Amino acid sequence: MMDWRWDFTFDVVLPRLWEAAGITVYATVVSFAFALVGGLILMLLKMSAFKPISFVASEVIEFIRGTPLLVQIFFLFFVLPQVGITLPPLTTGIMAIAIYNSALTAEVYRAGLQAVPRGQWEAAVALNLSPYRTFRKIIIPQSLPPIVPALGNYLIAIFKETPLLSFVAVGEIMHASKLIGSEYYRFNEAVTIAGIFFLVMSLVSAALVRAAENYVKRSILH
Amino acid sequence: MTFRLAAIAALIAFLFGLTVATFSELRVFLPALLRGATVTIEISIMSALLFWAMSFIAGIGRLNPIAPIRWASTVYIEVFRGTSLLVILFWFFFVLPSFGVVLTPTQAAVLGLGLNFGAYGAEVVRGAVTAVPSGQKEASAALNIPDWKCMLRIVIPQAIPVAIPGLSNLTIEMIKATALVSAVTLVDITFASVQQNQIHYRTLDIFLVALIIYYCFSQLIRFGGAILEARTTRHLARGQ
Repeated sequence: MMDWRWDFTFDVVLPRLWEAAGITVYATVVSFAFALVGGLILMLLKMSAFKPISFVASEVIEFIRGTPLLVQIFFLFFVLPQVGITLPPLTTGIMAIAIYNSALTAEVYRAGLQAVPRGQWEAAVALNLSPYRTFRKIIIPQSLPPIVPALGNYLIAIFKETPLLSFVAVGEIMHASKLIGSEYYRFNEAVTIAGIFFLVMSLVSAALVRAAENYVKRSILH
Repeated sequence: MTFRLAAIAALIAFLFGLTVATFSELRVFLPALLRGATVTIEISIMSALLFWAMSFIAGIGRLNPIAPIRWASTVYIEVFRGTSLLVILFWFFFVLPSFGVVLTPTQAAVLGLGLNFGAYGAEVVRGAVTAVPSGQKEASAALNIPDWKCMLRIVIPQAIPVAIPGLSNLTIEMIKATALVSAVTLVDITFASVQQNQIHYRTLDIFLVALIIYYCFSQLIRFGGAILEARTTRHLARGQ
Protein backbone atom coordinates (compact mmCIF):
# COMPACT_ATOMS: atom_id res chain seq x y z
CA MET A 1 0.00 0.00 0.00
CA MET A 2 2.53 2.51 1.14
CA ASP A 3 5.00 3.46 -1.55
CA TRP A 4 8.16 4.51 0.25
CA ARG A 5 11.73 3.83 -0.94
CA TRP A 6 14.47 4.29 1.63
CA ASP A 7 17.33 4.19 -0.90
CA PHE A 8 15.68 7.02 -2.84
CA THR A 9 15.21 8.92 0.42
CA PHE A 10 18.85 8.67 1.41
CA ASP A 11 20.50 8.97 -2.03
CA VAL A 12 18.43 11.72 -3.64
CA VAL A 13 16.03 13.42 -1.25
CA LEU A 14 18.09 14.07 1.86
CA PRO A 15 21.21 15.55 0.18
CA ARG A 16 19.15 17.91 -1.97
CA LEU A 17 16.85 18.98 0.84
CA TRP A 18 19.90 19.51 3.08
CA GLU A 19 21.29 21.99 0.57
CA ALA A 20 17.93 23.73 0.30
CA ALA A 21 17.53 23.88 4.09
CA GLY A 22 20.41 26.36 4.14
CA ILE A 23 18.45 28.75 1.92
CA THR A 24 15.35 28.33 4.09
CA VAL A 25 17.29 29.20 7.24
CA TYR A 26 19.08 32.10 5.50
CA ALA A 27 15.79 33.56 4.24
CA THR A 28 14.25 33.18 7.70
CA VAL A 29 17.10 34.88 9.58
CA VAL A 30 17.59 37.75 7.13
CA SER A 31 13.90 38.58 6.80
CA PHE A 32 13.46 38.38 10.56
CA ALA A 33 16.34 40.83 11.05
CA PHE A 34 14.81 43.26 8.54
CA ALA A 35 11.35 42.80 10.06
CA LEU A 36 12.74 43.74 13.49
CA VAL A 37 14.10 47.03 12.15
CA GLY A 38 11.13 47.70 9.84
CA GLY A 39 8.68 47.08 12.65
CA LEU A 40 10.52 49.58 14.83
CA ILE A 41 10.34 52.22 12.08
CA LEU A 42 6.64 51.59 11.40
CA MET A 43 5.91 51.70 15.14
CA LEU A 44 7.73 55.03 15.54
CA LEU A 45 5.82 56.44 12.54
CA LYS A 46 2.54 55.21 14.00
CA MET A 47 3.30 56.72 17.44
CA SER A 48 4.28 60.02 15.79
CA ALA A 49 2.64 63.09 17.32
CA PHE A 50 2.04 64.49 13.82
CA LYS A 51 -1.45 63.16 13.05
CA PRO A 52 -1.25 62.67 9.25
CA ILE A 53 1.91 60.57 9.55
CA SER A 54 0.49 58.36 12.27
CA PHE A 55 -2.78 58.00 10.32
CA VAL A 56 -1.01 56.96 7.11
CA ALA A 57 1.31 54.61 9.01
CA SER A 58 -1.53 52.84 10.79
CA GLU A 59 -3.53 52.47 7.55
CA VAL A 60 -0.46 51.07 5.78
CA ILE A 61 0.03 48.57 8.62
CA GLU A 62 -3.65 47.66 8.40
CA PHE A 63 -3.45 47.09 4.64
CA ILE A 64 -0.30 44.98 4.85
CA ARG A 65 -1.85 42.89 7.62
CA GLY A 66 -5.12 42.51 5.72
CA THR A 67 -3.73 41.05 2.53
CA PRO A 68 -2.11 37.65 1.90
CA LEU A 69 1.67 37.39 1.95
CA LEU A 70 1.64 35.28 -1.22
CA VAL A 71 -0.06 38.06 -3.22
CA GLN A 72 2.44 40.56 -1.82
CA ILE A 73 5.29 38.31 -2.94
CA PHE A 74 3.79 38.08 -6.44
CA PHE A 75 3.18 41.83 -6.42
CA LEU A 76 6.83 42.64 -5.68
CA PHE A 77 8.09 39.85 -7.92
CA PHE A 78 6.16 41.04 -10.99
CA VAL A 79 5.90 44.80 -10.39
CA LEU A 80 9.49 45.62 -9.38
CA PRO A 81 11.01 44.57 -12.74
CA GLN A 82 8.42 46.72 -14.55
CA VAL A 83 9.55 49.83 -12.70
CA GLY A 84 13.13 49.01 -13.54
CA ILE A 85 14.31 47.25 -10.38
CA THR A 86 15.60 43.78 -11.18
CA LEU A 87 16.48 41.72 -8.13
CA PRO A 88 17.10 38.00 -7.70
CA PRO A 89 13.94 36.12 -6.58
CA LEU A 90 15.46 35.38 -3.18
CA THR A 91 16.01 39.08 -2.44
CA THR A 92 12.51 39.98 -3.58
CA GLY A 93 11.06 37.20 -1.45
CA ILE A 94 13.02 38.24 1.62
CA MET A 95 11.85 41.81 1.05
CA ALA A 96 8.21 40.74 0.86
CA ILE A 97 8.41 38.60 4.00
CA ALA A 98 10.26 41.38 5.84
CA ILE A 99 7.67 44.03 4.89
CA TYR A 100 4.75 41.78 5.80
CA ASN A 101 6.24 40.92 9.18
CA SER A 102 7.27 44.53 9.88
CA ALA A 103 3.57 45.35 10.08
CA LEU A 104 3.13 42.56 12.60
CA THR A 105 6.19 43.32 14.74
CA ALA A 106 5.21 47.02 14.81
CA GLU A 107 2.11 46.04 16.77
CA VAL A 108 4.26 43.90 19.10
CA TYR A 109 6.56 46.83 19.91
CA ARG A 110 3.61 49.15 20.43
CA ALA A 111 1.90 46.72 22.80
CA GLY A 112 5.17 46.27 24.71
CA LEU A 113 5.71 50.01 25.13
CA GLN A 114 2.13 50.61 26.18
CA ALA A 115 2.42 47.87 28.81
CA VAL A 116 4.84 50.14 30.73
CA PRO A 117 2.74 52.03 33.30
CA ARG A 118 2.46 55.81 32.74
CA GLY A 119 3.81 56.43 36.23
CA GLN A 120 7.22 55.19 35.08
CA TRP A 121 7.46 57.95 32.46
CA GLU A 122 6.25 60.53 34.95
CA ALA A 123 8.74 59.34 37.56
CA ALA A 124 11.57 59.55 35.00
CA VAL A 125 10.57 63.14 34.22
CA ALA A 126 10.31 63.96 37.93
CA LEU A 127 13.82 62.56 38.53
CA ASN A 128 15.12 64.67 35.63
CA LEU A 129 16.50 61.65 33.74
CA SER A 130 17.67 62.30 30.20
CA PRO A 131 15.54 60.78 27.41
CA TYR A 132 18.37 58.33 26.64
CA ARG A 133 18.54 57.09 30.22
CA THR A 134 14.75 56.98 30.47
CA PHE A 135 14.59 54.63 27.52
CA ARG A 136 17.74 52.66 28.20
CA LYS A 137 17.28 52.07 31.92
CA ILE A 138 13.54 52.42 32.58
CA ILE A 139 11.32 51.87 29.57
CA ILE A 140 13.09 49.27 27.42
CA PRO A 141 13.90 46.82 30.24
CA GLN A 142 10.28 46.85 31.35
CA SER A 143 8.82 46.47 27.86
CA LEU A 144 11.08 43.54 26.89
CA PRO A 145 9.29 40.71 28.77
CA PRO A 146 6.08 40.94 26.70
CA ILE A 147 8.00 41.69 23.47
CA VAL A 148 10.53 38.86 23.44
CA PRO A 149 8.16 35.86 23.39
CA ALA A 150 5.94 37.54 20.76
CA LEU A 151 8.93 38.26 18.52
CA GLY A 152 10.09 34.67 18.97
CA ASN A 153 6.72 33.44 17.79
CA TYR A 154 7.05 35.63 14.70
CA LEU A 155 10.48 34.11 14.03
CA ILE A 156 8.83 30.68 13.97
CA ALA A 157 5.98 32.04 11.84
CA ILE A 158 8.46 33.50 9.32
CA PHE A 159 10.20 30.15 9.19
CA LYS A 160 6.92 28.52 8.25
CA GLU A 161 6.19 31.27 5.68
CA THR A 162 9.38 30.66 3.69
CA PRO A 163 7.82 27.79 1.65
CA LEU A 164 5.76 30.53 -0.06
CA LEU A 165 8.99 31.56 -1.79
CA SER A 166 8.81 28.33 -3.80
CA PHE A 167 6.05 30.04 -5.83
CA VAL A 168 8.63 32.45 -7.24
CA ALA A 169 11.26 29.74 -7.79
CA VAL A 170 13.51 30.41 -4.81
CA GLY A 171 15.43 27.20 -4.20
CA GLU A 172 14.32 26.66 -0.61
CA ILE A 173 13.19 23.36 0.84
CA MET A 174 9.67 23.26 -0.59
CA HIS A 175 10.93 24.19 -4.04
CA ALA A 176 13.55 21.45 -3.84
CA SER A 177 10.93 18.86 -2.94
CA LYS A 178 8.63 20.06 -5.72
CA LEU A 179 11.54 19.71 -8.16
CA ILE A 180 12.41 16.23 -6.92
CA GLY A 181 8.72 15.36 -7.23
CA SER A 182 8.50 16.48 -10.82
CA GLU A 183 11.87 15.03 -11.88
CA TYR A 184 11.31 11.52 -10.51
CA TYR A 185 7.55 11.69 -10.23
CA ARG A 186 7.85 10.63 -6.59
CA PHE A 187 6.37 13.17 -4.19
CA ASN A 188 6.02 10.92 -1.12
CA GLU A 189 9.54 10.99 0.27
CA ALA A 190 10.44 14.60 -0.53
CA VAL A 191 7.24 16.23 0.70
CA THR A 192 7.08 14.07 3.84
CA ILE A 193 10.72 14.79 4.73
CA ALA A 194 10.07 18.51 4.17
CA GLY A 195 7.10 18.32 6.54
CA ILE A 196 9.14 16.49 9.20
CA PHE A 197 11.94 19.05 8.80
CA PHE A 198 9.51 21.91 9.51
CA LEU A 199 7.93 20.06 12.43
CA VAL A 200 11.27 19.32 14.11
CA MET A 201 12.64 22.82 13.51
CA SER A 202 9.46 24.46 14.86
CA LEU A 203 9.42 22.32 17.99
CA VAL A 204 13.12 23.03 18.62
CA SER A 205 12.75 26.78 18.04
CA ALA A 206 9.61 26.88 20.21
CA ALA A 207 11.70 25.40 23.02
CA LEU A 208 14.43 28.00 22.36
CA VAL A 209 11.88 30.83 22.44
CA ARG A 210 10.59 29.57 25.80
CA ALA A 211 14.16 29.49 27.10
CA ALA A 212 14.78 33.06 25.89
CA GLU A 213 11.53 34.17 27.51
CA ASN A 214 12.56 32.71 30.86
CA TYR A 215 16.02 34.22 30.55
CA VAL A 216 14.61 37.70 29.90
CA LYS A 217 12.17 37.39 32.78
CA ARG A 218 14.87 36.31 35.21
CA SER A 219 17.70 38.59 34.14
CA ILE A 220 15.74 41.81 33.73
CA LEU A 221 12.96 41.74 36.24
CA HIS A 222 14.72 40.19 39.22
CA MET B 1 -15.36 51.32 13.99
CA THR B 2 -17.58 53.66 12.00
CA PHE B 3 -14.43 55.05 10.46
CA ARG B 4 -13.40 51.63 9.19
CA LEU B 5 -16.88 51.08 7.78
CA ALA B 6 -16.52 54.36 5.94
CA ALA B 7 -13.07 53.29 4.74
CA ILE B 8 -14.45 50.06 3.32
CA ALA B 9 -17.32 51.89 1.66
CA ALA B 10 -14.80 54.31 0.19
CA LEU B 11 -12.65 51.44 -1.06
CA ILE B 12 -15.60 49.72 -2.73
CA ALA B 13 -16.67 53.04 -4.22
CA PHE B 14 -13.11 53.54 -5.43
CA LEU B 15 -13.16 50.10 -7.00
CA PHE B 16 -16.43 50.90 -8.75
CA GLY B 17 -15.10 54.26 -9.82
CA LEU B 18 -12.07 52.55 -11.23
CA THR B 19 -14.31 50.12 -13.08
CA VAL B 20 -16.32 52.91 -14.63
CA ALA B 21 -13.33 55.13 -15.36
CA THR B 22 -11.26 52.49 -17.06
CA PHE B 23 -13.98 50.07 -17.98
CA SER B 24 -12.32 48.90 -21.15
CA GLU B 25 -9.11 48.23 -19.22
CA LEU B 26 -10.61 46.38 -16.26
CA ARG B 27 -13.06 44.45 -18.41
CA VAL B 28 -10.30 42.23 -19.71
CA PHE B 29 -9.22 40.79 -16.38
CA LEU B 30 -11.84 41.64 -13.73
CA PRO B 31 -14.25 38.79 -14.68
CA ALA B 32 -11.49 36.22 -14.24
CA LEU B 33 -10.54 37.68 -10.86
CA LEU B 34 -14.17 37.64 -9.73
CA ARG B 35 -14.51 34.01 -10.82
CA GLY B 36 -11.42 33.39 -8.70
CA ALA B 37 -13.10 35.26 -5.85
CA THR B 38 -16.04 32.84 -5.86
CA VAL B 39 -13.58 29.94 -5.47
CA THR B 40 -11.85 31.79 -2.62
CA ILE B 41 -15.19 32.43 -0.89
CA GLU B 42 -16.32 28.84 -1.36
CA ILE B 43 -13.07 27.41 0.06
CA SER B 44 -13.09 29.99 2.88
CA ILE B 45 -16.60 29.11 4.06
CA MET B 46 -16.05 25.36 4.01
CA SER B 47 -12.66 25.47 5.70
CA ALA B 48 -13.86 28.02 8.27
CA LEU B 49 -16.60 25.58 9.33
CA LEU B 50 -14.06 22.77 9.71
CA PHE B 51 -11.61 25.12 11.46
CA TRP B 52 -14.16 26.28 14.06
CA ALA B 53 -15.32 22.69 14.70
CA MET B 54 -11.75 21.41 15.09
CA SER B 55 -10.87 24.33 17.41
CA PHE B 56 -13.59 23.34 19.85
CA ILE B 57 -13.03 19.57 19.54
CA ALA B 58 -9.25 19.75 20.02
CA GLY B 59 -9.29 22.66 22.47
CA ILE B 60 -11.74 20.93 24.79
CA GLY B 61 -10.15 17.53 24.11
CA ARG B 62 -6.88 18.87 25.44
CA LEU B 63 -8.54 19.49 28.82
CA ASN B 64 -10.26 16.09 28.91
CA PRO B 65 -9.60 14.02 32.06
CA ILE B 66 -9.13 10.87 29.93
CA ALA B 67 -5.41 10.78 29.06
CA PRO B 68 -5.55 9.21 25.53
CA ILE B 69 -8.00 11.90 24.36
CA ARG B 70 -5.71 14.55 25.82
CA TRP B 71 -2.66 13.04 24.10
CA ALA B 72 -4.44 12.73 20.75
CA SER B 73 -5.46 16.41 20.90
CA THR B 74 -1.95 17.48 21.88
CA VAL B 75 -0.34 15.50 19.05
CA TYR B 76 -2.84 16.93 16.55
CA ILE B 77 -2.20 20.50 17.73
CA GLU B 78 1.60 20.19 17.77
CA VAL B 79 1.83 18.48 14.37
CA PHE B 80 -0.39 20.96 12.53
CA ARG B 81 1.02 24.02 14.27
CA GLY B 82 4.57 22.86 13.68
CA THR B 83 4.39 22.22 9.95
CA SER B 84 3.98 24.76 7.21
CA LEU B 85 0.53 25.05 5.63
CA LEU B 86 1.92 24.80 2.11
CA VAL B 87 3.71 21.54 2.97
CA ILE B 88 0.49 20.16 4.46
CA LEU B 89 -1.53 21.08 1.36
CA PHE B 90 1.08 19.43 -0.85
CA TRP B 91 1.17 16.39 1.35
CA PHE B 92 -2.63 15.98 1.28
CA PHE B 93 -2.77 16.35 -2.46
CA PHE B 94 0.32 14.50 -3.67
CA VAL B 95 1.25 12.02 -0.93
CA LEU B 96 -2.07 10.85 0.50
CA PRO B 97 -3.10 9.19 -2.82
CA SER B 98 -0.25 6.70 -2.42
CA PHE B 99 -1.74 5.77 0.97
CA GLY B 100 -4.97 5.02 -0.88
CA VAL B 101 -6.77 8.27 -0.01
CA VAL B 102 -7.50 10.25 -3.16
CA LEU B 103 -8.79 13.77 -2.51
CA THR B 104 -10.20 16.25 -4.99
CA PRO B 105 -8.40 19.62 -5.01
CA THR B 106 -11.27 21.23 -3.08
CA GLN B 107 -11.26 18.50 -0.45
CA ALA B 108 -7.49 18.72 -0.04
CA ALA B 109 -7.62 22.52 0.30
CA VAL B 110 -10.50 22.49 2.80
CA LEU B 111 -8.93 19.70 4.87
CA GLY B 112 -5.50 21.34 4.87
CA LEU B 113 -6.75 24.82 5.79
CA GLY B 114 -9.35 23.61 8.29
CA LEU B 115 -7.04 21.21 10.13
CA ASN B 116 -4.10 23.62 10.14
CA PHE B 117 -6.06 26.57 11.53
CA GLY B 118 -8.08 24.26 13.81
CA ALA B 119 -4.81 23.54 15.62
CA TYR B 120 -4.20 27.26 16.20
CA GLY B 121 -7.85 27.79 17.16
CA ALA B 122 -7.67 24.92 19.65
CA GLU B 123 -5.17 26.92 21.71
CA VAL B 124 -7.52 29.93 21.67
CA VAL B 125 -10.46 27.79 22.80
CA ARG B 126 -8.35 26.09 25.47
CA GLY B 127 -7.34 29.49 26.84
CA ALA B 128 -10.97 30.64 26.84
CA VAL B 129 -12.19 27.50 28.61
CA THR B 130 -9.51 27.75 31.31
CA ALA B 131 -10.46 31.42 31.76
CA VAL B 132 -13.92 30.41 33.03
CA PRO B 133 -13.73 30.70 36.85
CA SER B 134 -13.34 27.29 38.50
CA GLY B 135 -16.14 28.21 40.90
CA GLN B 136 -18.54 27.64 38.01
CA LYS B 137 -17.45 24.01 37.74
CA GLU B 138 -17.47 23.55 41.49
CA ALA B 139 -20.98 24.99 41.70
CA SER B 140 -22.26 22.66 39.00
CA ALA B 141 -20.58 19.71 40.76
CA ALA B 142 -22.35 20.79 43.95
CA LEU B 143 -25.63 20.94 42.03
CA ASN B 144 -24.97 17.39 40.77
CA ILE B 145 -24.81 18.42 37.11
CA PRO B 146 -23.01 15.75 35.05
CA ASP B 147 -19.60 16.74 33.64
CA TRP B 148 -20.61 16.78 29.98
CA LYS B 149 -23.66 18.90 30.74
CA CYS B 150 -21.57 21.32 32.81
CA MET B 151 -19.16 21.67 29.87
CA LEU B 152 -21.95 22.10 27.31
CA ARG B 153 -24.34 24.35 29.25
CA ILE B 154 -22.14 26.18 31.76
CA VAL B 155 -18.52 26.39 30.61
CA ILE B 156 -18.71 26.68 26.81
CA PRO B 157 -21.34 29.46 26.74
CA GLN B 158 -19.07 31.51 29.02
CA ALA B 159 -15.95 30.64 27.04
CA ILE B 160 -17.35 31.66 23.63
CA PRO B 161 -17.25 35.47 24.18
CA VAL B 162 -13.64 35.15 25.37
CA ALA B 163 -12.69 33.06 22.33
CA ILE B 164 -14.38 35.25 19.69
CA PRO B 165 -11.64 37.91 19.22
CA GLY B 166 -8.94 35.25 18.85
CA LEU B 167 -11.03 33.13 16.53
CA SER B 168 -12.00 36.06 14.33
CA ASN B 169 -8.33 37.05 14.00
CA LEU B 170 -7.52 33.49 12.98
CA THR B 171 -10.40 33.52 10.50
CA ILE B 172 -8.83 36.56 8.82
CA GLU B 173 -5.50 34.72 8.75
CA MET B 174 -7.27 31.73 7.22
CA ILE B 175 -8.89 33.78 4.45
CA LYS B 176 -5.47 35.20 3.64
CA ALA B 177 -4.05 31.69 3.67
CA THR B 178 -6.55 30.56 1.01
CA ALA B 179 -4.13 32.28 -1.39
CA LEU B 180 -2.09 29.06 -1.16
CA VAL B 181 -4.74 26.78 -2.63
CA SER B 182 -3.36 27.26 -6.11
CA ALA B 183 -0.74 24.73 -4.95
CA VAL B 184 -3.44 22.08 -5.32
CA THR B 185 -4.50 23.34 -8.77
CA LEU B 186 -7.50 25.46 -7.66
CA VAL B 187 -7.97 28.73 -9.54
CA ASP B 188 -8.56 31.26 -6.76
CA ILE B 189 -8.01 35.05 -6.83
CA THR B 190 -4.25 34.71 -6.53
CA PHE B 191 -3.85 32.09 -9.23
CA ALA B 192 -6.29 33.93 -11.50
CA SER B 193 -4.18 37.09 -11.07
CA VAL B 194 -1.01 35.22 -12.02
CA GLN B 195 -2.74 33.78 -15.09
CA GLN B 196 -4.21 37.13 -16.12
CA ASN B 197 -0.82 38.72 -15.61
CA GLN B 198 0.72 36.23 -18.00
CA ILE B 199 -1.98 36.91 -20.59
CA HIS B 200 -2.43 40.69 -20.36
CA TYR B 201 0.74 41.81 -18.61
CA ARG B 202 -1.11 44.57 -16.73
CA THR B 203 0.76 43.63 -13.56
CA LEU B 204 0.14 46.65 -11.35
CA ASP B 205 -3.63 46.86 -12.01
CA ILE B 206 -4.23 43.14 -11.65
CA PHE B 207 -2.35 42.64 -8.40
CA LEU B 208 -3.65 45.87 -6.86
CA VAL B 209 -7.23 44.77 -7.54
CA ALA B 210 -6.43 41.33 -6.06
CA LEU B 211 -4.94 42.95 -2.94
CA ILE B 212 -7.98 45.21 -2.56
CA ILE B 213 -10.39 42.28 -2.86
CA TYR B 214 -8.51 40.41 -0.11
CA TYR B 215 -8.42 43.54 2.02
CA CYS B 216 -12.20 43.94 1.72
CA PHE B 217 -12.69 40.30 2.75
CA SER B 218 -10.52 40.62 5.83
CA GLN B 219 -12.13 43.91 6.90
CA LEU B 220 -15.53 42.27 6.52
CA ILE B 221 -14.54 39.46 8.89
CA ARG B 222 -13.09 42.01 11.31
CA PHE B 223 -16.50 43.77 11.46
CA GLY B 224 -18.36 40.51 11.75
CA GLY B 225 -16.11 39.57 14.68
CA ALA B 226 -16.55 42.96 16.36
CA ILE B 227 -20.34 42.81 15.99
CA LEU B 228 -20.44 39.23 17.27
CA GLU B 229 -18.26 40.17 20.21
CA ALA B 230 -20.50 43.10 21.10
CA ARG B 231 -23.56 40.87 20.76
CA THR B 232 -22.21 38.08 23.01
CA THR B 233 -20.83 40.37 25.72
CA ARG B 234 -23.67 42.88 26.00
CA HIS B 235 -25.07 41.21 29.15
CA LEU B 236 -21.73 41.57 30.92
CA ALA B 237 -20.98 44.53 33.14
CA ARG B 238 -18.60 47.00 31.50
CA GLY B 239 -15.58 47.88 33.62
CA GLN B 240 -15.00 51.63 34.15
